[in-house]
Amino acid sequence: MINKPDSFGIAKSKSTQPELPMPRTPMMIEKGLTLVDAINEALYQELERDPRVVLLGEDVGLNGGVFRVTDGLQKVFGPDRVADTPLAESGIMGTAIGLAMAGMRPIPEIQFEGFLGPAYDQLCNHAARYRTRTRGAITIPLTVRVPWGGGIHAPELHSDSPEAIYAHTPGLKVVCPSTPSDAKGLLLSAIRDPDPVVFFEPKRVYRSYREQVPEGDYTIPIGQAKVVQEGSDITVITWGANVFQCLEALDKLPDDVSVELIDLRTISPVDTDTIVQSVQKTGRCVVVQEAPKTCGMASELTTLIQEHCFLYLKAPVQRVTGFDTIMPYYKLELDYLPDAKRIVETIGLTMAY
Amino acid sequence: MPIKTVYTAQIDHLQILDENGVLDEKLAKDTLSDEQVRYLYEFMITCRALDEVAFKLQRSGRMGTYPQNKGQEANAIGSGFAAKKGVDFLVPCYRENAALFLHGLPMHYILLHWMGDERGNQIPEGVNMTPLSIPIGTQMLHATGIAWAFKLRKEARVAITYFGDGATSEGDFHEAMNFASTLQVPCVFYCQNNQWAISVPRENQMNSETVAQKAIAYGMPTIQVDGNDLFAVYKATRDAIERARAGGGPSFIEAVTYRLADHTTADDARRYRDPNEVEAWMGKDPIIRLRKYLEGKGLWNAELQAAHEEKSRAIVAEVIKTAEGIAKPSTDDIFDYTYATLTPNLEVQRRTMRTASLAQDPQQAGLNNPVNA
Repeated sequence: MINKPDSFGIAKSKSTQPELPMPRTPMMIEKGLTLVDAINEALYQELERDPRVVLLGEDVGLNGGVFRVTDGLQKVFGPDRVADTPLAESGIMGTAIGLAMAGMRPIPEIQFEGFLGPAYDQLCNHAARYRTRTRGAITIPLTVRVPWGGGIHAPELHSDSPEAIYAHTPGLKVVCPSTPSDAKGLLLSAIRDPDPVVFFEPKRVYRSYREQVPEGDYTIPIGQAKVVQEGSDITVITWGANVFQCLEALDKLPDDVSVELIDLRTISPVDTDTIVQSVQKTGRCVVVQEAPKTCGMASELTTLIQEHCFLYLKAPVQRVTGFDTIMPYYKLELDYLPDAKRIVETIGLTMAY
Repeated sequence: MPIKTVYTAQIDHLQILDENGVLDEKLAKDTLSDEQVRYLYEFMITCRALDEVAFKLQRSGRMGTYPQNKGQEANAIGSGFAAKKGVDFLVPCYRENAALFLHGLPMHYILLHWMGDERGNQIPEGVNMTPLSIPIGTQMLHATGIAWAFKLRKEARVAITYFGDGATSEGDFHEAMNFASTLQVPCVFYCQNNQWAISVPRENQMNSETVAQKAIAYGMPTIQVDGNDLFAVYKATRDAIERARAGGGPSFIEAVTYRLADHTTADDARRYRDPNEVEAWMGKDPIIRLRKYLEGKGLWNAELQAAHEEKSRAIVAEVIKTAEGIAKPSTDDIFDYTYATLTPNLEVQRRTMRTASLAQDPQQAGLNNPVNA
């Protein structure tokens, strides 16, 4: 088989802990890590642990990525393992597929989710299908990192939420962490996963939230949702940056409404058990997503719930989503994005149903 | 059998006005008149002033991300002036503001765009251009298609498209070049080789000695010009446009220039660029050499410079006032251009600004519901 590492003479991965952990700054030690810091640390540790890991993308090397997520990595691991590529997304994704076939563990970066367009063919028509079309003879263990979503006053094609397109593509796994700790553990899982993973990084959260993150090597399983807050009256399901708008909404709700908040963390494969258990308990559900409404992940979840929880429901499942429009430029961005007010109102109406 | 050479090629480099403002009179023949040069120089100063103020607007939080055009203005102005306003069609990237202004785009449109307002893309009737293209290299195929339409309709019109050195790495670039050449459409491919694709220098972007030679693979006339030389840019573009208009098909121009500023205001080029390199290119600024040239001919002096800078400041102040005076669009604006006719679904979303059906349908939300009754 082509993708047996040994056939290319590549050393097997070390199982030891990193010998030289990326030093944390006093700020990180005191205040915790941002999402950017946590992903950087995960990449550092995996580059250190596994010689098959290669980062590639536009500006990821010397410049450390346009969001500085790969800052400092080229300096430590050299330009062969942290490679600045020509400006070509299809080229980045296509060569990452080749690297993966030949036993490497490529981590391509696509600079913004809007630029997944040119890479779509390679990702969806090739990376996603290889295992099936070769009946397992050739597999593509790549993790594509993609800054994702709106809310940062960026230009067009820098603020979209296309995750459902990739969740709809068989053969891809789609991970959307919202916190630094989850991002690190999920990224390490994604890199070690035998299949292609799209790793969406909510850029709105990149530097807006800090928390203490375990220093060493740990993984969070792909496909496992997190119950952020337990509750008994209504389930709110979300993922990515919207977790923070939901938390804000929860703060604004009257104390007598007991909300169970679920952060999906992975949207494909989705954690059906956690969702079903929660909604069977609460009997009510609101799904919140930044993406347009029609055929979004929220549509899928709503269906899943009616399949599994129909007789438990006390109210129709509701969706708070972006509109079925093009993501507007930033003057209207906040009118488009789901906010705490819309979430509170929808929870209120669902409770009063 | 001896090995035969089946193809050889050469790339010419054109410079007419050097960095000291010395003009090659022979090459400059039949290019720009003194009057035109002075007009374009004045225009360049105004565009530079707008560019510098746009940077400050971003820094003071009055505008979003902005990519400065600074140092590359001779490209936009020389080529834009060579194209026929109201006839030819511009398909830009985002570092050719001056060409767009020459072809009739009101200056405040560019600010409006970067202030996060799509109305900055709402090109006025009769102004022949597409809006700024944010993704890299996608617009060149559109230019080829526009030129194809001109050819099909037998119109004596030309499309000119702009892009950077980095864009020539994209597959779309090669497809556009191949289509244009096999179809022999009237399209000019203008590459502003400003040496840097964000942090990646040209020599890491490609292993080709020149960008111009890429056109040879597509059988397209090609030339390299000094992109900071207004005369060379004008002459090369005019020749390419004339050839295209006469049915001679597409051409390629590699203009060697330099991005004096950061990629955008969100970038910090000090992280990856040698300050000595930037310093050296400062001396090749198109404004400096044009001024030297005009002063040498007695067409310009410090007094005129001061007066025009003053005038530019006033123009720029007015442009900012106009752009900032345009209020945030109503939320209807998010919906109204999704389709020619708003769908019933979108009509509800526009009216209610809601997506949850409980909040949209009072029947479901309220007491009339049979379940609650």
